[in-house]
Amino acid sequence: MRRIDRNERARISVTLNGRKLSADAEPRMLLCDFLRHALGATGTHVGCEHGVCGSCTVLIDGVAARSCLTFAVQVEGRDIKTVESLAAPDGALNPLQRAFHNNHALQCGFCTPGILMSFTDFLARNPRPSTAEIREVLGGHLCRCTGYAGIVAAIEEVAGRD
Amino acid sequence: MKPRPFDYIRPDTVEEAVALLADYGEDARVLAGGQSLVPMLNLRLIEARVLIDISRIATLDVIRERDGRIEIGAAVTQNTLMAWPQLATKLPLVAAALPFVGHFQTRNRGTVCGSMAHADPSSELPLALAVAGGEIVLRSRRGERVLAAGDFQKDMLTTARAGDELIVAARFPVANGAGIAFREVARRHGDFAIIAVAALAEDKNTVRLGVGGMAGRPMVRRLGAKDAADAVAAWAEDLEGYEDLHASAAMRRDLFRNLAPLAIEEALRCAA
Repeated sequence: MRRIDRNERARISVTLNGRKLSADAEPRMLLCDFLRHALGATGTHVGCEHGVCGSCTVLIDGVAARSCLTFAVQVEGRDIKTVESLAAPDGALNPLQRAFHNNHALQCGFCTPGILMSFTDFLARNPRPSTAEIREVLGGHLCRCTGYAGIVAAIEEVAGRD
Repeated sequence: MKPRPFDYIRPDTVEEAVALLADYGEDARVLAGGQSLVPMLNLRLIEARVLIDISRIATLDVIRERDGRIEIGAAVTQNTLMAWPQLATKLPLVAAALPFVGHFQTRNRGTVCGSMAHADPSSELPLALAVAGGEIVLRSRRGERVLAAGDFQKDMLTTARAGDELIVAARFPVANGAGIAFREVARRHGDFAIIAVAALAEDKNTVRLGVGGMAGRPMVRRLGAKDAADAVAAWAEDLEGYEDLHASAAMRRDLFRNLAPLAIEEALRCAA
């Protein structure tokens, strides 16, 4: 049984983008804040903080989830992947990122990290989704500047559809 | 938008979880997927002195068939159930309801039993449980009790769970090949339903119809195929509905009057 008192700052270890890292967190620290403030991984963006906008979506053990609806203490020992995991070490974009670039699927880019992580999970499970399926998954995200047409086109491109 | 401080405890077994609930009672909240609980904590709509995280209790992460019922453990996520190969055959109503439950991203962590525990009046899974005639299994140091859906969910965000009880599973009767339908109206797919309607055909002439979003909890009635439209219209007048930012009570009643006959017809068609 793991027990952490409210004022205790416990050492929390995770594997972040392939590296074992640890930092201190009190129980109420959200995973998104842990990533940004404790581990310095600021690629994950924090929007609504109640699970509606999807900006903070990351992969927890390969599965897309809202990091604002998860406490850091809950993911102790888990594998976390954020948007920083996608590009190659030399900065070369991965196919999903490249498709976003090609299709003007981002403008300000605030919502983009979450959308990229959602589709990293979804396309791994369903590499040839229909447009309706893409739209349904995208329904879990809010984008307030680009709109959604370019994002759908980008996913269709990376899924090998015209 | 950060929760107030709380103690965090992650038990390894159901026995440990139940012992913790016996100690803390109403001061504790059970955390599984957190997709309803954590927003409420973040917005400080609720406060918990202790969070008991049951998500890693392996014996709760199980879907099994027993005595003609499918038992879904309290750590099973909505997407795990959705990917269960036998879902469409054995629990067709649940299969139809699940795509409406939140979004892909929240279903990845949100649990089936968590939806039951949260008891939102427009929530899809409690509605499916009520229409299917399912049950909730509760455990405490005092023993185990099994409540029918209608006895479990009392009102808006209110259930019959006592402070020292843990929901260990939800049970749905196996409904091989049953005629079913599930429809809802929401502003955006995956958002809270304004109203949701579920129908299950008992035979070619009778449906059990349930509606969410019209009262503090899912309401269920048995209707005959012949006079279904009249029965729905009368029922719509009985239901008070409620007003919020998204819809007036009158609009909810109107949606119900229009949606219910479609669901009844679809369920009977599948049954035939």
